[in-house]
Order: sequence, then structure tokens, then C-alpha cells
Amino acid sequence: MDIFIDALGETFAPTTAAFALAAIGLNFHYGMTGLLNMGHAGFMLLGMYGFAISTQRGAPIWLALIVAMVVAVLFGLLLGWPTLKLRGDYLAIVTIAAAEMIRFLGRSQSLQGLTGASTGIRGNDYKYTFEALSPFPDERITVGWFTYHGTLSSSWWLRVVAWVMVLAFALLFWRLSKSPWGRVLKGIREDEDAVRSLGKNVYWYKMQALVLGGVIGALGGILWALGNAVQPDSMGRPTTFWIWTLLLLGGAATVFGPVLGSVLFWTSLVVVKRVAGVLVPDSWMTQSELEPFSLVLVGITLMCLVVFRPQGILGDRREQAINV
Amino acid sequence: MSSTDPFVKVTPEPGAPKPDPIVVAHGVKRQFGGLTAVDVAHFEVQRHAITALIGPNGAGKSTFFNLLTGFDSPQSGEWTFNGHSLAGVPSAKVARTGMVRTFQLTKALNRMTVIENMRLGATDQVGENFFAALVPGLWRQREADITAQAHELLERFKLYDKRNDFAGSLSGGQRKLLEMARALMSKPELIMLDEPMAGVNPVLTESLLDHIVELKAEGVTVLFVEHDMHMVRRISDWVVVMAQGKVIAEGPPTSVMANPAVQDAYLGAHHDTDLPEEL
Repeated sequence: MDIFIDALGETFAPTTAAFALAAIGLNFHYGMTGLLNMGHAGFMLLGMYGFAISTQRGAPIWLALIVAMVVAVLFGLLLGWPTLKLRGDYLAIVTIAAAEMIRFLGRSQSLQGLTGASTGIRGNDYKYTFEALSPFPDERITVGWFTYHGTLSSSWWLRVVAWVMVLAFALLFWRLSKSPWGRVLKGIREDEDAVRSLGKNVYWYKMQALVLGGVIGALGGILWALGNAVQPDSMGRPTTFWIWTLLLLGGAATVFGPVLGSVLFWTSLVVVKRVAGVLVPDSWMTQSELEPFSLVLVGITLMCLVVFRPQGILGDRREQAINV
Repeated sequence: MSSTDPFVKVTPEPGAPKPDPIVVAHGVKRQFGGLTAVDVAHFEVQRHAITALIGPNGAGKSTFFNLLTGFDSPQSGEWTFNGHSLAGVPSAKVARTGMVRTFQLTKALNRMTVIENMRLGATDQVGENFFAALVPGLWRQREADITAQAHELLERFKLYDKRNDFAGSLSGGQRKLLEMARALMSKPELIMLDEPMAGVNPVLTESLLDHIVELKAEGVTVLFVEHDMHMVRRISDWVVVMAQGKVIAEGPPTSVMANPAVQDAYLGAHHDTDLPEEL
């Protein structure tokens, strides 16, 4: 029963929402435009640095959000400028390298005063502007099976805000994917030269998609940081790959694919971990070994998915099967 | 069809000036390392006519197409469309000036429906702007107009019943038709078709030829690359022959193949001499 409630709680946890939002950003890149952004965690990390550092220096929450988004826009422009004229693979190489550079820069000792180096920034140093806006009481609240704090950290307040944002951006994705703008991007996904021959400025459209998806990724990073702490090493390559995984799991180019993917990914991770904790005796595997083990199991499940349902759960096979 | 043949006074020689040229290219040279792919001294396309560009494989026809439409840039040369220079102009902008092309290897947008392919070809859709896209009221009307125009073209190209199918599910020939129809969505002044009949079955070829002739009747200028001499003879008003990157001959379709330079290019200079005994 505990396992069930834990798993159910995970379906609407802030982390799930944060990854869903980041995946919506990646869906603009990959699902709609076909851009291979392999450094999405870099956008998320920049978002949280932008938010946390400006808050620490006394910025109100709206300004901190703007700072985070502007930083993501600049990062997107910087990445796109040399690479979007080249073939898709170059963007993948550059983004994965750039995201790692952001992480290493963030954890370098010389930036200790700004980013807190490898220890990062403590939650209490930047969460207060967000928590001050909470309409919920400053205590633990129980709704049904779930008990969380009303306001602090991984709270009801954060859950509500996070899921409202996820829904708002899912709506934005829906609106844009059904618009002439989205049609141009889908055309670019299929064949750049064809779209170019029809008189569209392909480079500029790709740039718009890259920047927009990056900004959404940065907002996802902020959500994540509001439930946890700013920690450069939590935004490494695995994070990017998880976002890719859950996007493909749910179904790229679909409106709810990223959301469903995130929910399934995080829930199944908890279920596998807890079930293995009960079933696997300590003499086989210690508790600390269960975490990587459950990731392996999830990985195998995903490989099966790619083999047997390459379009993801919600995807239309004719439109978006993984093309390998 | 037309009362007077605009080519009456044109001398059938390489680089011949035309009475009313829509495209004029001069000294266009493209080299890939040591290989000169295109070296066109002078080239003109007559307005409101169907001009065929022929030549053996590797003659540089497609490269020349790429150069004219901004998909590749030459080392040197000048070319104009309607009197405006297009040297260094990016391909998307070239298309917007009214000079639209298709590709030898068909570029249907496979994972989009036929009708979406068509709509993408249209111009002046404000909804293609990011901010306008968020407000459907701004582009709904234009979208309806575009869709009506697309339906009309699809009807003409016998693709109407397929409008909601993914383009990837069409046959090769139907994709060729779709690409051509899509290019027409922008109402171009000049349409450049790169091997429109390649891989198309004979029945479809017939209707494709009819469409091309119809385009001319509507005042569209057509320039096309083709290998099949039968097609070229049937629909073109003027034929330009390229070989080894150069324009080697020009003339009306009835007589151009009789030109010895053309025969040499296609068959080799010694095609009618016996091979020496010792071989």
C-alpha cells in the first residue's frame, strides 16, 4: 500500500512537473523542428542559476524569472548562431559540449562567490521570494493520502504552480503546433531544403524554435530548483538523456507526450526501486545498489519500447516514429 | 497557341539573346576543387515560354539550377531575374521574388499530410510569424483562402482524394505531382522543374506534360531539366543543351538534336567512325 501511495505521489511531484516542462521545451526542438539538442540540462542549469543568483542579490521574483529567461535566450542564440546553418548532427555535438561547459563553469572554484561552486546554492538562499507568494498555510497539510508542507520547498504550493505551468505550456505547444508557424517548423523537420525552396527563412525559424524550447527548459530548471537546490552536478548529461527518454516514451510531437512520459518515468522509477527493495534480499543487493539497478530496469523497458513502439505511447506512427 | 513565335528572330546558337528574357545569366562559373562543374558564358530564358535544359549526365544542369536559385554559390558570375541581380541572394529570398524550383530527388514532406504540404507553399500567411501564430483570428481567413487555392490545385493534379493522407504514403509519381503543385501555391512567375518526369509512369507523365503546357497558357514561365527527348520535343518551345558545364547549343526542339555538337556531346565525337582494326 505504501508503495502504491508513494508511486501515486510521484505522479504529481514537483520533479515530475519540472521534467515534463523541460520535455515540452525539448518537444519544440525535436518533436516539432527536428533539432537534436543534446544539452537541454544546460538550459535548465542556466535557468536555475539565473533565478537563484539574481534572487540572492535582492531581485524580486518577476525580475529573477526574466533574468533566467534572458540568459536562456542568449545561450540559445549563441548555440544556434554557428550551428543552425550546418547539418543537424553539429547542433547535437555543440549542445552537449556547451551544456557540460556550463556545468563545469558553475562548479569551478573561481566562481565560488557566484554559483557556490560544486556545493551549489542552498534552497533557503533563493526560495523565499517564491514561498512568500504562497496562499497556503505555513504548515503540513494532508489531502487524502498525501501529506506535504503547504509552502516550503517541495510543497503543495510548488505542486500547484508547477502543474499550472506545465498545462499552460502544453497549451502553448498545442496552439503553435496547429498554427502556420508550427507548420513551417514541421516542414523543416522533414526537409529543410524543400522549405527553403518555398521561400521560408529556415535559419531564422530554427533559431526561434531553439530559443523558445531553451527558455521553457530554463523554466523547468527553475521548477526543479524550487523543489530541490541548485546543484550543478544534478544537471549533467544523465538529466538530458532522461528528458529525451521520457519525451520519446510519451511520444514526440504530441501535446501530452512529454507530460505522460515524465509521469510514467518517475513513477516507474519509484515503483521499481520500492518493489526491488522488498523482493531483493540485502545479501544480493544493498539498498544503495538498488538505485542504479532500478535505472537499469527502466532502461531495458525503454529499449523494448523503442523496438516495439517507436512512436512512443501517444505518438502517431506515421508522423513520428524514431527514425534509426 | 500563341499568335507569334517569340523565337522567330532568335539565332539558334549558344547564349543567344531573347526578345524578352526573364532570366539572364552571365559568366557563371562553379568549380569543385579542380573540376569545373558549370561554366556558362551567357544564358537567357524567354518569358512566357517553356525552355528545356538538356544534356548528358554530369553536364552540370542541376548544379546550374542550384546556382540560379541560391542553393549553391558560384565562384564568379552575374545573373538576374526580372532585371534584379540574384548573385549572393539566399535561396528563400530567391523563391520569394517569384522564382520557385522543384528537386530532382523529390522533397515531399513525408510526415505531413498532402494538404499541409500544399499550405506550406503559400505566401503572405501572417500566421507564420511566431506572435501572430498565437492569435488564430489574425490568420484564419488567409488560411481558408490558402486551403481553397490548394484544393483547386489538388483537383487539377488529381490528388484531391489524397489530401488528408501523409505525403510519405504517396507513390513516387504522385510525390512529383505534389511537389509541383506545392511550388505553384506561391503563384510563381518562373517555375524551375528539375527532372519532373523521372520515375513517373507513362500515364502520369502525360498529365504532367499537360499541366506544364497549361502553366504556360496561364502566363507562367517554365524552365525544366529533362532527359527524355520525347517529352522535350512535345512541350518545349526552346531547348538549351549543356555539356561539361557549358552551354553548347540552343535551338528549337525540332532541329536542335541535329546539331553536330549535340550529337557529339551525347554520343561521343567518334560515334560514326569505325573502331580501328587493332582493337
